[in-house]
Amino acid sequence: MNLIELLAEPLSYTFMIRALSVTIIASVLCALLSCWLVLIGWSLMGDAVSHAVLPGVVLAYIVGAPFALGALIFGFLAVALIGGVRDTTRLKEDAAIGIVFTTLFSFGLVLISVTPSHIDLNHIIFGNLLGVSSTDLWQVLILGAVTFSILILKRKDFTLYAFDQTHAHALGMNPRLIGAALLGLLAMTSVVALQAVGVILVVAMLIIPGATAFLLTDKFSKMLIIAPVVAACAGILGVYVSYFLDASTGGMVVLAQGLIFTVIYLFSPRQGLIATRVAARDRRKSLASAHRAA
Amino acid sequence: MNTQSNPELAISVTDATVHYGQVLALDHASLHMGHGTVCGLVGMNGSGKSTLFKTIMGQIKPDTGSVKISGTDPLQARKNGKLAYVPQSEAVDWNFPISVRDVVMTGRYGQMGWTRRAKKKDHAAVNEALERVELTDYADRQIGQLSGGQKKRAFVARCIAQGASIMLLDEPFAGVDKRSEATITKLLREIADDGASVLISTHDLQALPDLADEAVLLMRKVLKHGPPEEVLRAENLALAFGLDPMKRDAS
Repeated sequence: MNLIELLAEPLSYTFMIRALSVTIIASVLCALLSCWLVLIGWSLMGDAVSHAVLPGVVLAYIVGAPFALGALIFGFLAVALIGGVRDTTRLKEDAAIGIVFTTLFSFGLVLISVTPSHIDLNHIIFGNLLGVSSTDLWQVLILGAVTFSILILKRKDFTLYAFDQTHAHALGMNPRLIGAALLGLLAMTSVVALQAVGVILVVAMLIIPGATAFLLTDKFSKMLIIAPVVAACAGILGVYVSYFLDASTGGMVVLAQGLIFTVIYLFSPRQGLIATRVAARDRRKSLASAHRAA
Repeated sequence: MNTQSNPELAISVTDATVHYGQVLALDHASLHMGHGTVCGLVGMNGSGKSTLFKTIMGQIKPDTGSVKISGTDPLQARKNGKLAYVPQSEAVDWNFPISVRDVVMTGRYGQMGWTRRAKKKDHAAVNEALERVELTDYADRQIGQLSGGQKKRAFVARCIAQGASIMLLDEPFAGVDKRSEATITKLLREIADDGASVLISTHDLQALPDLADEAVLLMRKVLKHGPPEEVLRAENLALAFGLDPMKRDAS
């Protein structure tokens, strides 16, 4: 069997095509969002919201409402509770985040366990890429298209929000509204990514691509290209490798993202560990030789 | 005279009181400032300088009193792009992946459509502002790769590109060398001569007479407001600081 046949083989299965589609959509969407989350310092917030949407999704399932609606409500509820606990107690934000999202997540777990359904707990926790139905795919497509469009069209406002909220305020914009919109998009993205890698690993997809891109460029517009490309490559790689190794698909996708990050962390020409170490050594050497010459 | 909605006044804060929880930050403070002036705001830490700025910006709604910008409602003034501010150095993420040019371009956002797409006139305004602060050669650098004085000038350029008629500068001379300070002082002078009002909070009392037309001494309320030489008299400073920070003989 030659390479092309080998690579084409998984594509002969509908479930693999669906898995790849969902992975690419989720990866690109999370990667875009991660560029802002990393710069605002909302990585933990991403973690919190992506976990806290779980009870919302389960309740939406029970009453037959769209998953995105339940996710949105619980995403905002989580953010409001975190802000509330932080502002009305002496606790710091990380403690508030830790308390709120674990509680909501547990509530979701309990709901799943008492709800008679064919939802497999493991699928929500770890993702169920290979079992994506065509309904799931449609939901991912629509949610993905809406979220993607808003992110791209309003990207400059989000970037200004990340860089200088006071200036946004001075221009008569409403920074709180921009922040709330970003959190809403985060909740919607979590629903999409939940399909792919499950609740636990969504946070990885919401941090790693943006962080990787930030190590490679000083231009935000380039981050918005690098991050999705890196994430899509990691997604495809992850799905393929998991197919051939018969390994966890969601796990493999995130592992691929982590590996790409590691390579760039070490070898990035400007920010990379090796480049900066070499530059520091050269600087010491030239200083020492200048000292000898003097 | 009704000072509240007098369009002759660039900034008009009347009787503003602000609390943070139980802490009194501003105590019936009033500040009226005309067009085309440079005003230095001095007071010790905790005297309410930042709170007064936030009140003027509309980030804080005072418990009592009111704020008018050029005689209009502050939100309307902000939407009209009248108000611009230069942040304290500590408030800026200098690693942010944004170029000097893009920072200046954000000054134009209020005048752009909802996707903030830059048109020819926006690019022209940005180029002109960069030229004015002499940063044209540095336009494509990442913002953190400038010196302290250049960073300040970049944010001043943003105010110029915005076309703001009122500029607030929070401690613009902290971490800036004397030469850059002189450049910035001259620049602010020119901006004021063109008709804009510039309000600067500063610790640098020595430089104040050269920089400002008037000075405001703040200690939760406005203690003195007048020509810098007068406001900086030892007995006045003693009121605000409890001693004379300029360490002159109290003769």
